[in-house]
Amino acid sequence: MAVLTDTRRPRASAHAKQKGVRTRDGWWATFFLAPQVIGLLVFLVFPLGYAVVLAFMSWDGLNPATWVGFDNFAKQLTDADFLRSIWNTVKLAILTVPLGLALAIAIAVGLNNIKGGNVYRVLYFLPVVTSSVAAALMWQVILANDENGVLNTTLRNLFGITGPDWLGDTGWVIVAIAIVTIWSSLGLNVVIFLAGLQTIPPQLMEAAKIDGAGPWRAFRSVTLPLLSPTIFFSTVVAVISSFQAFDQIFVLVNPKNNEGARTIVYEVYKLGFVEFKLGMSSAAALILLVLTLIVTFVQFGLQKRLVHYDA
Amino acid sequence: MRKGQVALHASLSIGGLLMLFPFVWMILMSFKGTPQMLNNPTDWLPSPWRVANYSDALSEMPFGLAYWNSFYIAALNVVLTLLTSAMAAYAFARIRFRGSNALFVLFLATQMVPSQVTIVPLYLLLAKLGWVDSHLSLIVPSIANPFAVFLLRQFIRAVPVELEEAGRLDGAGRWRIFWSIVLPNIRPGLGALGIITFLASWNSFFFPMIFLNTTELATVPLLLQRFSGQHGAIDYGLTLSAAAVAVVPTLIAFLIGQRKIINSMAASGLGGK
Repeated sequence: MAVLTDTRRPRASAHAKQKGVRTRDGWWATFFLAPQVIGLLVFLVFPLGYAVVLAFMSWDGLNPATWVGFDNFAKQLTDADFLRSIWNTVKLAILTVPLGLALAIAIAVGLNNIKGGNVYRVLYFLPVVTSSVAAALMWQVILANDENGVLNTTLRNLFGITGPDWLGDTGWVIVAIAIVTIWSSLGLNVVIFLAGLQTIPPQLMEAAKIDGAGPWRAFRSVTLPLLSPTIFFSTVVAVISSFQAFDQIFVLVNPKNNEGARTIVYEVYKLGFVEFKLGMSSAAALILLVLTLIVTFVQFGLQKRLVHYDA
Repeated sequence: MRKGQVALHASLSIGGLLMLFPFVWMILMSFKGTPQMLNNPTDWLPSPWRVANYSDALSEMPFGLAYWNSFYIAALNVVLTLLTSAMAAYAFARIRFRGSNALFVLFLATQMVPSQVTIVPLYLLLAKLGWVDSHLSLIVPSIANPFAVFLLRQFIRAVPVELEEAGRLDGAGRWRIFWSIVLPNIRPGLGALGIITFLASWNSFFFPMIFLNTTELATVPLLLQRFSGQHGAIDYGLTLSAAAVAVVPTLIAFLIGQRKIINSMAASGLGGK
């Protein structure tokens, strides 16, 4: 660019040129950003602001809305049904995240140590590309509490165990949901961990072996610390998506008939689209958002102590 | 092969079979008739194989139409997302403008907001626009995709600036540079994002359930859920034949492109969720 500037009045003309470039850049930036920024403002930022306002109102969508201050929040946080939905949401995360990630790490380490692992990779990945509705229907039949429920009939015929009513019992249903959730997300976590494992230099494992470390010791002292950034990232994502789980639960067990399957997201849906309590629904949604933010911040806080970023 | 290898293969195979079992069971059940489920429920194999479940399911609800709906909505989502997010990503990566950082932080922050938080206001907004019970409700709002912008920005930053400067010296403008120099150089990123976007739209259930009413407009997952609502626990065979109709073609497509699909989702981590 400098080559093209006028040499007679270098400073002034360079300045003018730069200013010209900048305004034109501003124009181009606007042009390139416009579709996404407009979309973001209209379909994400505006609805979010609207949700915050709605959370302080009482409105059925038809009659005039009234301002109720913090009433919606106060009502929700003292309501036994809603408190149970918070507990169910947390329970689902506790049941799925640690076990799901531990299994994924174990499988990824296994795959990283064998030849011809692609068949397994494909097998474990099948549920990830399967529609959540279809997955829920498959599991509904497996977990059914009648003679056609293959899990319970097998438990009885092979081991003499009477299985629980997986989908009907208010306590067991969250376990059933956790099983289906782990099954459907395992493959994605496996390939993410596998990608993480493949960045670990093989020399480090060899060095550990030469130093006399057994496989478990090498895993604890070399693999795990080097994989910790991936584990951290996956944990954050897994917790968030567990908090937002809806499709599978909704199809697997109609939560209308089983209070043990009602999570915060289900309450948001029910209040908004079944009972038309738009204010209450938005308040519930914001409580979910705050819960998500708190848990994520806590994780980022712990990260400083537990995650190693130097290879 | 050493002993350890054999043990590894054995345990990975058992795990793999457990992962596969629900699919196998779906196929087996989908051929069973009601008499068998009442009289010999514990038999694993169908007898007789009732192929009519499939023709019954297909004739009762317009699955062919649902396939077309799902396909064209997902395809439009891919085209619009790739174009608009690559444009925004280019601006963030390569154009200096005031407020660039603040705007980028806004993009990252909105990514944290669960879609359920905005669902009620979004519904009210789309109702005002007259887009409820129309495919527009599944196409236009999903353009806003901070994750896609973030992903492509990483790819664009890896393109050597010299390539762009060479283009500029040849007299190419911003758009020409973006279109003929930047885009061809981030093809792997666009491919990965395209796959993720397609799958997310193809399998999405929450938005179609909230926004669509008319049966003819339904996408595959929505139609399947409605179908199961009518037959559910009464006729597993029929329900699962519909589930197989919904799943098997997707699985075949996945098997054909498995390497690309798995690598795309592994590289981007989030898997579009």
